[in-house]
Amino acid sequence: MIWAAVLATSVGCYLLKLAGLSVPARVLASARVRTAALLLPIALLAALTAVQTFGHGQSLALDARAAGLAFAVVALLLRAPFLAVVVGAAAVAAALRALG
Amino acid sequence: MSLPLPPLPPLPWADRRRVVLRNSLGVGIAVGTYGVSFGALATTSGLSVAQTCALSVLAFTGGSQFALVGVLAAGGSALSGTLTALLLGSRNTLYGLRLAPLLGAHGIRRAVAAQLVIDESTAMAIGQDDEESARLAFWSTGLAVFILWNIATAVGALGATALGDPKKLGLDAAVGAAFLGLLWPRLKGRVPWLTALVAAAVALALTPVLAAGVPVLVAGVVAVAVLFRSASSAEAGEIVEPDEPTPGSPA
Repeated sequence: MIWAAVLATSVGCYLLKLAGLSVPARVLASARVRTAALLLPIALLAALTAVQTFGHGQSLALDARAAGLAFAVVALLLRAPFLAVVVGAAAVAAALRALG
Repeated sequence: MSLPLPPLPPLPWADRRRVVLRNSLGVGIAVGTYGVSFGALATTSGLSVAQTCALSVLAFTGGSQFALVGVLAAGGSALSGTLTALLLGSRNTLYGLRLAPLLGAHGIRRAVAAQLVIDESTAMAIGQDDEESARLAFWSTGLAVFILWNIATAVGALGATALGDPKKLGLDAAVGAAFLGLLWPRLKGRVPWLTALVAAAVALALTPVLAAGVPVLVAGVVAVAVLFRSASSAEAGEIVEPDEPTPGSPA
């Protein structure tokens, strides 16, 4: 099942890229469509951030992941590089769990 | 009142080429390192090393790759993971529209160029002053990121399988941080912030009600629909396409 998702995602993402290079520009020329397409990644990434941090199956939970995300916010405000943000968030959560 | 300034003489092509190639390599190295975190998170989320590497070679668009892996890791179905990844990948279609006249690629060349249409190659290409530099920036940035992203993915995937219990290492917290890192450079202006907050709230509110993975999809679509209706066209016009490399937003 994971392979099916990997391959479907791969084929779909390629076709989305190819479509942009291939279709006449006027097909997506509408400003409204462009705006929606620019906001969609923002909405999806925000939803993913929230669910990854506070979701626990079908319930919500406040645990070490929230502390990790708080670290990430501070690190991003300080313009830390992506890898430092991710590794630091993991380290904060791991340290909290180790302390019990 | 502005005094007319004499136009700067354009740099010779050899100099422009050197600058473009240097910048492209810099972006490639910066973005490539994120591949390590993708490789590590994907394998600790239940993908095999082969599946992880296949995604980086074939899908090659970081946001979608993280999305698929994140939804699967949270217990979502393959279908909702795939749909979330594809919705995120749809922005590359817009990038392609923007790039097509600059690249003027046809046939095999266009088929290859398509795979390299990502945030960074687009930003670097449309940031150039002339078409020759734009084409070079697209190809050199796209190839640099492609090569380094895939090497880094393999390193992260193989390294993480040797690490042990992902929860003890806090890797579940790293997934949320990775999404925030991808989101951060896009949060410029009122409408993007509102969109993000509405989407996050809707996703959390729906989590107890819907199957894992579905709240993210619904939240994404609902947030855009709501803001789309409420935002005046003037506000919508404030949202600009990324026109400079945003090193915080991987492929």
